[in-house]
Amino acid sequence: MATITFNGKEYQVDENTTILQAAIELGIEIPYFCWHPKLSISGNCRMCLVEVERMPKLVIACMTKVADGMVINTMNERVITAREAVMEFLLINHPLDCPICDEAGECKLQDYAYNYSRGVSRFDETKVHKPKRVPLGPKVMFDAERCILCSRCIRFCEEVVRKPQLHFVQRGDHTTIETFPDEELDNPYSMNVIDICPVGALTSRDFRFRSRVWEMASTESVCIGCARGCNTYLWTRNNQVMRLTPRINESVNSHWMCDYGRLSTYKFVNDDLRIQEPMIKQDDKQIEVAWETALKTAAQRLKEFKPNEIEVIASPFTTNEDNYILAKFTRKITKAKMIEYIDHINEGDEDDILIRADKTPNNTGVRLLGLRENDTGTTLHEIKEAIRQKKVKCLIVMNEDLLEREEFRNILSSLELLIVHSWRHNKTTAIADIVFSAATYAEVEGTITNFEGRVQRLKPAIITKGENRALEGLSMSRWDTFGTAYDKWGRGPRRNARSGWEVFSQIANLMGEKFTYQSAEEVFNEISEKIPAFKGLSYQSIGRLGAMAKTHEKVGV
Amino acid sequence: MKDNGSAKRVIRKDDLTFLQKTYITEIAKGLRLTVSKIFKPKFTHNYPDEPWPFQPSFRGRPVLVEEDGIERCVACGLCSRVCPSLAIEVQASETELEKERYPIRFEINMIRCIFCGFCEEVCPEEAIVMSDEYLVAFYQPKDAIYGKDKLLMSTERLAKRLAFLKENR
Repeated sequence: MATITFNGKEYQVDENTTILQAAIELGIEIPYFCWHPKLSISGNCRMCLVEVERMPKLVIACMTKVADGMVINTMNERVITAREAVMEFLLINHPLDCPICDEAGECKLQDYAYNYSRGVSRFDETKVHKPKRVPLGPKVMFDAERCILCSRCIRFCEEVVRKPQLHFVQRGDHTTIETFPDEELDNPYSMNVIDICPVGALTSRDFRFRSRVWEMASTESVCIGCARGCNTYLWTRNNQVMRLTPRINESVNSHWMCDYGRLSTYKFVNDDLRIQEPMIKQDDKQIEVAWETALKTAAQRLKEFKPNEIEVIASPFTTNEDNYILAKFTRKITKAKMIEYIDHINEGDEDDILIRADKTPNNTGVRLLGLRENDTGTTLHEIKEAIRQKKVKCLIVMNEDLLEREEFRNILSSLELLIVHSWRHNKTTAIADIVFSAATYAEVEGTITNFEGRVQRLKPAIITKGENRALEGLSMSRWDTFGTAYDKWGRGPRRNARSGWEVFSQIANLMGEKFTYQSAEEVFNEISEKIPAFKGLSYQSIGRLGAMAKTHEKVGV
Repeated sequence: MKDNGSAKRVIRKDDLTFLQKTYITEIAKGLRLTVSKIFKPKFTHNYPDEPWPFQPSFRGRPVLVEEDGIERCVACGLCSRVCPSLAIEVQASETELEKERYPIRFEINMIRCIFCGFCEEVCPEEAIVMSDEYLVAFYQPKDAIYGKDKLLMSTERLAKRLAFLKENR
């Protein structure tokens, strides 16, 4: 330990840290642009200059190690003057683009211009102009004028992705960033440079100009793109998901997330292909009906079948709660012997950074719940054969497009009853007798378990029909808070969707059982009581960063 | 009944003279005032046939400045943010023009608008200004939402206000 003095106050810090790290840990503000906790130290922005007594010049806090007895000043006149000078230099060629810049509102340069600059420019000459709309790759747009040359993006590609694709070219105030010749910024993590860019030089081509950051509300969530379960923020406006950004969780994804997860896991939530209302088939036509009707029809029709005529396909795409209730429903009500789920593994589509070959977010969770290795030991193949031989006449499917798979084509039509709980229209819902509209991961409360067995929480970010943002306790933007139901932003598109545990416990109740769950949390409490792997876990102990399930425990009930 | 002093009772004098009883002098006094005013210049205004002449400082309904056929607005959303009554909704999009960004949808809910002029004050492009129009009435609430079609107004039409802003900013 080393004893150092910050602005006249003594602190004990670890002697292997730098001044900046010590300051961050102690909550003392030192501004910085180029330093990033997960990248090497470059020390080129000069923003973190501080005064260390007995050193002749100001030193950069990010590169200077603390030493015992060090006396550091971060707010005296000399430091403030130096900071103002650095800001003045940075702003010489920086365009006044804030009104059209997507970074505005979450921009380090903007914040520091308020806090640490002179407030007025003394620069009369013409600014150096550089190209303003350069697509660096398929996902990232570069504005050379806004760049302050901190080199974070260059270091990110080199050190984190280990695929150098960016570099500096030219000299002096003409320095700019380019991709290597004949190459583009197309690595699978390229969009992280947008998050780490302290200014608006690198922006997302997907999100570009779609919303201002202050118009959105953000909700802590988890990416469902693969079994990693990267922690994310879901940004919503007008009841639509606008973008995803990574949330720091050192045990899962550190500061990053992959482009696939960022771009491909939110669009279907706002999609026109979402199922708006529950539907039942009448005279070969699916018609939208009220939930009560759909549930009643399902309960009535299910009674027509013997236990061994019913099969159930659970889903690694939805929450532990949904799958647990579906399994309980299967065993208690239908007494069906067959319950299975389908793996989605893209062999080879993985790396040692984040991306996993298993493309479902909750495969481990469903396995730990015992949906596969149950006493009957049904396999997918057996289910298929049973349908083919018409031993099975009723199939319940949760969030799975069976007809996407070759082996299920032609055999589903022989079923007498096909019940599908799905969030979007697909080939399977098209032939289903009863379709329940499912709430997506952005609309539900629940937990998913990543490949390591880390149980993480999903929180609702957008509302379904009949819900109210304020009453449900969702994060609220200014528009959500002050708008009324008659304002456009108070409405937004809503689906009459429910999550799996709700639907199947309601059917169970209609069939004479008593599933008295009021919330997903109650379901989870039962899971943690009954399933050994989840023992001792609760929504509270999972918290923001998740908690480990005991993956080595015996699976199932 | 007791009067509680709420209204003082006026009791007409009962000892009026004959002339007073006929009211002729009082009528003559009144007519003299009327006749004396008839020939003086009028103060009343023939509204709405004659519109009121406005000072450029008047804050009518907010409009978008249209310059060379396109709006000046870059859809930064500051007006929407500053609006105390949340009347403005802006949706930005990308354009090939040099300004990069433009409002694909710009809506002011005139039921909510309170004519405070904050939007005009905050605008970095002088793209939303208060016009001299103030006749905003509708039969349906949905008609009160003014889109770009109703909001765009040419620089020529807004010349006075723009000059005023230039001078007083």
